[in-house]
Amino acid sequence: MNLHEFLVPPAETARREGPNTRIVMSSRVRLARNLKELAFPGWAKKAERIRALDQIRPAVESLPQMAGAFSESMDNLNALDKQILVERHLISREHAAKSAGSGLVLNREESLCVMINEEDHLRMQALRPGLQLKQAWAAIDAVDSKLEKKLDYAFNAELGYLTACPTNLGTGIRVSAMLHLPGLVLAEQINQIIQAVNKLGLAVRGLYGEGTEALGNVFQVSNQMTLGESEPEIVERLNKVLAQIIEHEENARGTLQEKKPKTVCNHIGRAYGILANAHSISSKETMNLLSFLRLGVDLGMFPEMERGLVDELFILTQPAHLQKNFSEKLGADERDLLRADMLRERLRSISRPVNPPVKLDKPSEE
Amino acid sequence: MMCCICKEKEATVHLTQIAAEKMQKVDLCEDCAKQKGVNDPAGFSLADMLLGLGASQEMEQAAGGSHLKCPHCGFTQADFKKAGRLGCAHCYDTFSEGLEGLLKTMHKGTRHKGKIPAALRESQNLAARLKQLQKRLDKAVAEEDFEQAALARDEIKSTKEKIAEITAP
Ligand SMILES: [Zn+2]
Ligand SMILES: [Zn+2]
Repeated sequence: MNLHEFLVPPAETARREGPNTRIVMSSRVRLARNLKELAFPGWAKKAERIRALDQIRPAVESLPQMAGAFSESMDNLNALDKQILVERHLISREHAAKSAGSGLVLNREESLCVMINEEDHLRMQALRPGLQLKQAWAAIDAVDSKLEKKLDYAFNAELGYLTACPTNLGTGIRVSAMLHLPGLVLAEQINQIIQAVNKLGLAVRGLYGEGTEALGNVFQVSNQMTLGESEPEIVERLNKVLAQIIEHEENARGTLQEKKPKTVCNHIGRAYGILANAHSISSKETMNLLSFLRLGVDLGMFPEMERGLVDELFILTQPAHLQKNFSEKLGADERDLLRADMLRERLRSISRPVNPPVKLDKPSEE
Repeated sequence: MMCCICKEKEATVHLTQIAAEKMQKVDLCEDCAKQKGVNDPAGFSLADMLLGLGASQEMEQAAGGSHLKCPHCGFTQADFKKAGRLGCAHCYDTFSEGLEGLLKTMHKGTRHKGKIPAALRESQNLAARLKQLQKRLDKAVAEEDFEQAALARDEIKSTKEKIAEITAP
């Protein structure tokens, strides 16, 4: 089966919701594992990488969690396929650059994804909508416990799971959440929050965009230390910090609505105006404006629009997803035209934003 | 300001991160930032990059400038300096001395606290049990309690069998 037939339509994945969906777009837990006797992928010769792949891939495919999964060697995926997987946050850019000797196994729901011979022999991740770190950890823990019976892991009582890079040593775990924080950005509190979170040994960075810039006000928070702390402790620590960030974001939104209602409405109204009417628009501008549209949905300013539509557009307006529908290679200019066409079409039935209710109680969690 | 990786082009991407009360700063040019995957949400960690930059010197010093080479995969310190990654699981034995200081600055502790593969956990439990039984046996023999000694011997035998079962491939 080819990848495009397999992948769940973004319309469906974007409508999956979890706890705290207003602010937490998704949760992810990744584990790094390696085989004892083979060199790490970055150092192994091609033949050795293929040997690792040939051992690991059938083991992963045979997991009950992977029934009906998509399993492929990276050399059988073309550049566009790989880019689409990157845009959906299913594989890393590093993995997209791999070919023969590396592989991918992705389950039906796109909630489990195993990269074979990325930087480590195994990089397995569980994804969940909303804030569900514990559930994601439980899911990937179960996969790992099944795999350890089939594969001979590199493990050392002192140092834990051995990884290609010492930064992942021990638990090999990376727990992360993708957050939408337009309130903190508008209130100019985001840098303070980032610094405070950094001090706790967690990393914060923009999810889209170059360098430290955060397009679409989407940030990823993750642990950095993997040795000397157990997995549940790391998950718990992240949960505590996330609860605080969520509270700060809600407070920032509340304060903005109270003190600067016109500023907020102006941003959201302009975002709607441009997205629904532009004839050419870059990916960068789209992301930043979609963020305000999402905020508008949260604040009750688009009664007919679901948050899922915005999240779907976050995916569909990215370059590879646009290119997917066309056989000839599109230039950036052409993509900007097509992106604008799509946005106008998809937002046609959405009416202009209404003014938010005058007195807004803190919105209840759905 | 120059890019700290290629040391050729002007740095335009500046990253700061405070981990474990230690501030880390990196300045990169556009090309190196791209190449290092700075904008890759799934792959990038500043600590990873710092590792490739400064940490390898620390390792060299710790190893007293000797030229270590992993007997299993042929990886050397110079390779680590280049890649910031190790060659295979056995490299952790080869380079353990130099790595220790590095792990201290990077992590919460230097001892694994967390998941242990089930088979290993069981064999660890059995090994601990074996020690206990051996003590009981010694005591029973010293006290000339032959009934207890016989019981302990039986249990030692069955525990050893279980261990052999688990460790057999
Ligand atoms: Zn450079
Ligand atoms: Zn080695």
